[in-house]
Amino acid sequence: MSEHIHTSPEDEHDSAYSGLLVNDAHWAFGTDFEDPLAGVDTTIPDGVDAPALAAYALMLGDDALVMSHRIAEWTSNAPDLEDDIALSNIALDLLGQARLLLARAAKADASVVPALPEGSPAPPEDALAFFREAHEFRNVRLAELVNGDFAEATVRVLLFSTWRLATFERLRTSRDHVLAAVAAKGVKELAYHRDYSARWFVTLAQGTDESRRRLVAALDALWPLWPELFDTHAVEAAAAAAGVGVDPATVREAAEGVLDQVLGAADVPRPEVARRAGVLGRTGRDGMHGEPLGRMLAEMQSVARAHPRGQW
Amino acid sequence: MSRTTTERARRTAERVTDPELPMLTLADLGVLRDVEVVGDGHVVVEITPTYSGCPAMAAMRDDLVRELEGAGFDEVEVRISLHPAWTTDWITPAGRAALAAAGISPPGPAPSTSGPIPLTLLPTARQVRCPQCDSSATELVSEFGSTACKAQYRCTSCLEPFDHVKEI
Repeated sequence: MSEHIHTSPEDEHDSAYSGLLVNDAHWAFGTDFEDPLAGVDTTIPDGVDAPALAAYALMLGDDALVMSHRIAEWTSNAPDLEDDIALSNIALDLLGQARLLLARAAKADASVVPALPEGSPAPPEDALAFFREAHEFRNVRLAELVNGDFAEATVRVLLFSTWRLATFERLRTSRDHVLAAVAAKGVKELAYHRDYSARWFVTLAQGTDESRRRLVAALDALWPLWPELFDTHAVEAAAAAAGVGVDPATVREAAEGVLDQVLGAADVPRPEVARRAGVLGRTGRDGMHGEPLGRMLAEMQSVARAHPRGQW
Repeated sequence: MSRTTTERARRTAERVTDPELPMLTLADLGVLRDVEVVGDGHVVVEITPTYSGCPAMAAMRDDLVRELEGAGFDEVEVRISLHPAWTTDWITPAGRAALAAAGISPPGPAPSTSGPIPLTLLPTARQVRCPQCDSSATELVSEFGSTACKAQYRCTSCLEPFDHVKEI
């Protein structure tokens, strides 16, 4: 409690605003836990290249951050209150994963963190989230697309969580303690995300002609970006070889096996549409993104960038 | 450090309640993992988040620091423990009773999370009793509730909606 604020202990418990009076100097954009990895063993495992580990953690963190932001855009816009809450919860889980993963990247290699003006209280994970340009983000392109209708959200969450859960199941045995712990926790969360979206997928497919039409249209539209999830980037290959990461190509069979169960239950065939090509062979993992990511970041980052020393 | 000092620190930390489920102490919820007195007046407390994005961690830390400072410990350090991941199986019997008394249905046994996680296309089958009227005629409204750790149910006997702490 700062010196100039006087409240009696009774008032503190009665007022919903009393919490605002604690710790006067807040970094305006964070959640006020200075270091989400405080006390966690962040030692780099033997024989692991720290910058390579950081680059890998950034990829997983950026996937979660960008997907979280898109899903969070559904808040107050979902078809009903229950799904509004469900999507908000999914976004929150992914934001938590993003925070830990970006913090892990920063801890492994401080040089990935953008330099901020002297005196900025922004923690490294916030600097990474709010002060990088679109081309510095390493997320897969599936995560960044502009939101469509609820069927599109259903399909996107299904594809994303099926892939990410298959990856995290394997990442639980990472030699990096932080990645292993994030994965062990993330598996439980992603299992709920996958079940939620898979149930809606079947419901919409077996619902009305209109719900099925929208679902199939969404699947056709997103399918071209599914193969990109299983491309092996050099960073992922190196992380897998060092025993800290997962080569995406090795989870394709497991992920497609789950997806086929959902498609089978919904009686929806696999789309026959070609994958979306990269730009000169470069995709999201290379920092090659579509225009929507730039627009999304412009909005997401604007306040932090306008107030890099932002405190209240 | 003397056993009684550690015991006093532990008892103090164990009294701190959860910011979102104030009928539960952090100890009952299973998020308080360790309390250790490492030096004169210096306590290290270890807590674990229920979910990765749990927004209550800073509030928990502030509450722990306030209570322990109030008990005479000058230096209070709150650390995060990520491994092993929190599970609802760590909620104590007292915690389960407190949840039920507050109208929140306590969790059943957590599913195993070793090996591949099976897809569940049908609503999760749970034996959930209505915390208001004790009827077993309950139905799931949504797997996601007012906080990340709860699902929404309704009782088809007394028609009251209620929260269920979902198993993880």
